[in-house]
Amino acid sequence: MVVKQVTARRVWTTSLLSFSAMVAAIAFLPLFGSAHIDYSRAIAGQSPDAEILFGVRLPRVLLAALTGGALAAAGVLFQALLRETLATPYTLGVSSGASLGAVIAICLGGGRVWPASLLGAGLTLLLVMAIASESRRLSSFTLLMAGITLNSICMALILFFQNFAGFGQSFAIVRWLMGGIDAVPYGTLAWLSAVVLPSVIYLFWKSREWNLLSMGEDWAATRGVSTSTLILTGYLIGSLLTGAVTALTGPIGFVGLIVPHALRLSIGADHRLLIPSSFFLGAAFLTICDTLARTILAPAEIPVGVITAILGGPFFIWMLRSRSKLH
Amino acid sequence: MIFRLQNVGMHYGPIEVLRGVTLSFDRSELAAIIGPNGAGKSTLLSIMAGMLPQHTGECRLDGKPLAKWPRKLFAQSVSVVPQLQSVEFPFSAEQVVLMGRMPFSDGMFESASDEAAVTHAMEITDTLQFRHRDFRTLSGGERQRVIVASALAQSPKALLLDEPTTFLDLEHQVSLYRLLRSLCGDGLLAISVTHDINLAAAYADRIIMLHNGTIVADGKPHEVIHNASIRKVFSTDVEIQQSQSGRPWIHYGG
Repeated sequence: MVVKQVTARRVWTTSLLSFSAMVAAIAFLPLFGSAHIDYSRAIAGQSPDAEILFGVRLPRVLLAALTGGALAAAGVLFQALLRETLATPYTLGVSSGASLGAVIAICLGGGRVWPASLLGAGLTLLLVMAIASESRRLSSFTLLMAGITLNSICMALILFFQNFAGFGQSFAIVRWLMGGIDAVPYGTLAWLSAVVLPSVIYLFWKSREWNLLSMGEDWAATRGVSTSTLILTGYLIGSLLTGAVTALTGPIGFVGLIVPHALRLSIGADHRLLIPSSFFLGAAFLTICDTLARTILAPAEIPVGVITAILGGPFFIWMLRSRSKLH
Repeated sequence: MIFRLQNVGMHYGPIEVLRGVTLSFDRSELAAIIGPNGAGKSTLLSIMAGMLPQHTGECRLDGKPLAKWPRKLFAQSVSVVPQLQSVEFPFSAEQVVLMGRMPFSDGMFESASDEAAVTHAMEITDTLQFRHRDFRTLSGGERQRVIVASALAQSPKALLLDEPTTFLDLEHQVSLYRLLRSLCGDGLLAISVTHDINLAAAYADRIIMLHNGTIVADGKPHEVIHNASIRKVFSTDVEIQQSQSGRPWIHYGG
């Protein structure tokens, strides 16, 4: 396998291509749905096209794009951080914490699901940090152990609450855990963008350091990287990305695994290429999956997590097989 | 003096792996650290690489304690060839070598001088021909040479190598030590942990013999490699001959 050299021109070209794919997805996918709409009528403010486009489909497509981009970028980050190609944004427990928060809110009633989910994600993050920082030097290994432990505890607590939930609540819990995209107010999209976009820019800025860290902590340290600080900031940023989107959409599997892997196979492992491309194509991928989710059985909707898993499962098996052939 | 170690010790939990090590190393020196498994060789190298700050005693680079060195500045002076480097992701051999230039740049991309340093490092380690190959598809020996190239691309004053010849064939074992010999002639300090005593005796200026975490011998090859020291440290009787250049040569016998 020949791996091409990374140049500024190559980074610009791949980023521009993947950016175009994202823009095309955001521009055209709102046209698809159970009701036909016309862009010119919607832009002219004519009813009901304008209400459907700007009130329902566009915010939903934008949420799918932000979520897909954030999960794909977080996937790239956690795979580098843990030196594990099978790591996902959910490996270190933040999404389980978010899910636990949501499940508790559903059980208590009152409808405040996403703030509770965000709180759950934040508390899990703090707990993992506190456990992992027990040793003097924060390492990927301690982070992984703490994350996996918290993950298991949160999953057990979710089952505990679900066991005592009523029928309606239990259905709501299962539905939330499947993951799904809904239209949200533009204000929510604005704060989500304010979290996601600077985080991804930061990850891109640190690309060369992720390259070194993905070779190993000692490798990075002997080449001048302050690994402890980098792991800490990486974990915080990755958790922020994962927690913020999971609070709004629930856990959506496979995006953080499929997109980085497909890209690594085609453009290599350099994070200067991977991070922007993963973000843009992750956005495009989830937008397409969500469009399928709301159109295949229209007017009924399939949870988008089901679509990503159906597409992601076979891909995952193929990836494992090709990986075992390589090694 | 580049490195100075004063009464250095190290514990892994209750186990003492190194104690009372006092050493100094200077420029233009090729030193080999030998000793049986578990003698503390790799631990000593890791301490000098700044990877085990919890050690006791004092380790200084250019007169300054290692803990006081900013990581990046330290990496501009000292580079490390680890014992084993597994790679999970599809980096090319050239990308792996380019990582050695990280201590010298702040930008997103490598400069022309970085590219030149990488090409030179790959030329002298005979790795240029597979610069675009996926590192994971290279043989053990080819990988090891790429790792050496990455460490050399760091343009170090001191190069620390942990069993660098383990995966190398005979030709590349000899050419690596010849390369180190030549670089030391230009001012490099190279310290190599090795189990190949004959290779060390043939090329090193100095051999340090470790046993149970302490230094049992330190000097020129013929001062360190003799029947008594080998029997004491390795619990093995061997025949020691002299090469034409006067360096000791272990004959393992039948």
